[in-house]
Amino acid sequence: MSRVNLATISLRFRHVWFRNLITYRRIWRVNFLVPLLEPAFYILAFGLGFSGIIAGVDYAGRQLEYTRFIAPALVATACMWNAFFETTYSSFVRMYYQKTYDGILATPMGMEEIIIAEIVWAATKAAAAVALMLVALIPMGYANFPGALLCIPLAFLGGLAFAAIGMFFTGVIPSIDMFNLPIFLFITPMFLFSGTFFPLSGIPDWARILTLIFPLYHLVEMTRFFCIGVMESNMVFNLAYLVIFTLVFSYMALWTMKGRLIK
Amino acid sequence: MHIIEARNIVKRFGKFTAVDGVSFQVESGEFFGLLGPNGAGKTSVIRMIYGFSPPTGGEMSVFGQDIRTDWRTIRARLGVCQQDNTLDPDLTVEQNLHLFARYFDIDRRTARERAEAQLEFFALTSKRNAKVAELSGGLARRLQLARALIAEPELLILDEPTTGLDPQSRYQVWDRLFELKKRGLTMLLTTHYMHEAESLCDRLLIMDHGKIISEGRPRRLIAEHAAESVIEIDGPDRELRRYIRERGVRHDDLGERIILYTEANGDLENEIRKRFCVEACIFRAGNLEDVFLRLTGRELRE
Repeated sequence: MSRVNLATISLRFRHVWFRNLITYRRIWRVNFLVPLLEPAFYILAFGLGFSGIIAGVDYAGRQLEYTRFIAPALVATACMWNAFFETTYSSFVRMYYQKTYDGILATPMGMEEIIIAEIVWAATKAAAAVALMLVALIPMGYANFPGALLCIPLAFLGGLAFAAIGMFFTGVIPSIDMFNLPIFLFITPMFLFSGTFFPLSGIPDWARILTLIFPLYHLVEMTRFFCIGVMESNMVFNLAYLVIFTLVFSYMALWTMKGRLIK
Repeated sequence: MHIIEARNIVKRFGKFTAVDGVSFQVESGEFFGLLGPNGAGKTSVIRMIYGFSPPTGGEMSVFGQDIRTDWRTIRARLGVCQQDNTLDPDLTVEQNLHLFARYFDIDRRTARERAEAQLEFFALTSKRNAKVAELSGGLARRLQLARALIAEPELLILDEPTTGLDPQSRYQVWDRLFELKKRGLTMLLTTHYMHEAESLCDRLLIMDHGKIISEGRPRRLIAEHAAESVIEIDGPDRELRRYIRERGVRHDDLGERIILYTEANGDLENEIRKRFCVEACIFRAGNLEDVFLRLTGRELRE
C-alpha cells in the first residue's frame, strides 16, 4: 500500500477539497483584500518610481509601457505564490501539527485522494486570487476585457503546477523552517528571472534557455498574451510544458507524501 | 465470522520489529482490550487493523475481508478514535461532524441527523457552535468519539481514549462506552488504565516487545497471574521472609515492601494478619494492575 496506486483515485477527493474551502471561508473576508491590493501597490511603485528611469520595454516587436509589461507578470507570480504556499506551509501544518490527514485516513478516503485534493484546492485558491486581481486590473486598463478572463482557467493550470511541486517539497522536507530552502533556491530566482521584470530578448542565449525550465516563464508568457495580446514565445509549447510539469510533479508528490505518511 | 482476525501479524520499521508474530480474534459484540507498556506495539497493531499501515507479514482480515486489498470497504464500516487529537481546530463542533460524514459519502441530510444524535449522546448540544480550539480536553475527546461514530460503525477502535482526562471526564467517557457496549457495538480498546480495562473489557490481550504475553478474561488473568486477594506489607522483616519461603506463598519482594498473592479469607491470610501485620499492612482484592506489573516487570521503560 505504500506504493503509489493511481487506480485508487476517485472523485471522493472533492470531500477534502470541500473541507479546505469551508475552513478557508472563515478567514476569507480578510484574505480577499490581498490579491486586490497587491497589484495596485506594485503598479503604483513601478509606475511612479521606475517611470523616470525606464522609458519603456521592447517586447515581441512592440514598445510597451513598463507597468503594462509587468502587470500580467504580477498576475502569474500571484498564482505561483498562492499555490506554492498552500501546499507547503499550509499542507505541512495540516499534515504535521493538526494531524488532519491522520484523521481522514481512518475513513474510506485514500492517501492519493487527499494529496490530489490538496493540489486541486491550492490551484482553486490561485485561480480565485487571479480572478480578484483582474477585478482591479481590468478597470485600470492593464488587462483586456474579456480576453483576460482566460487568465482564470490558466491560473488553475499554473496553480496545479506550483501546488504539485510544493507538495513534493512537503513530502521530503524534515521541518517547516526548511521551506526557506526551496523558496530561496527555486521560487525567488524563478520570480526574478521568468520574463517577469524584463523581456528574455535582452539576455544572453544560455540564460534564455535556462529560463525555459522555469514553469513560471511559461505562465507569465501566456498570461501576458491573454491580458495584452502580445507574447514572445509559442503558446502550444508553453501549455505543453506546464501540463507535463504538473503531471510529473503530481506523481512525485504522491510518491514522497505516501512514503512520508504511510509507515 | 470473526470481526477481526489477525494471523501471525508482523510489522517492521527498518530493522526494528514493532509487532512480532501476533495472532488474535475479536468476536462480534465483544469489548476487546489491548494492553502493554509504551512501545509494546499496541498502536502499530491498531494502525494495521484500519489499514493505515500495511503489515510486513502475516494476514489481517476485518469483517472477513483482507485489509491489504479491501481497506476502503473495511474503513467504511469502522470508526477510529485516535490517540492524537485529529479534529479540525478552525471549525466548529458541528462542522467537524458534518465534514467528517462527507468522507464516508453520507448525504447532507443524513449527516445532519446523525450529528444531532451524536451531539445529544455525548452531551455536546450546547457546544455545537464552539470552535474546537476552544474546547477542554474532555469535550474534545467526546467530540472525537462522536466523530468516530458518525458513520454508524460496526467496530469502534479506541486508542487510549481517556489518556490525559480529568477523573470527571474519564467517568463520563466510560459511561458512554458502557452504553455503546449495551447496544452491542464491537469495540477494541488500548489503555494504560488497568482499572478501565478491567471494568470495560470482556477479554484482553497483554503485549510486550511486540509479542502477546497473555490473553484471557480479566478475572481469569487475575486468578492466573496474581490472586483473588493481595496483601501488601511495608518494611518486611526476616521472620516474614522465612515464613513466606517455608509456606511457598506466591509473592513479589520489592525490598521495602512485599506483595503476597493469597486466597481471600484463607487460613494463610488470617495467620499473616495476626502474626505480621502489626502496622502498615494493606489487604485488597487482586486486580489487573498486579497482573500487568507481574507480566511486564516493574522497571521503567524509557
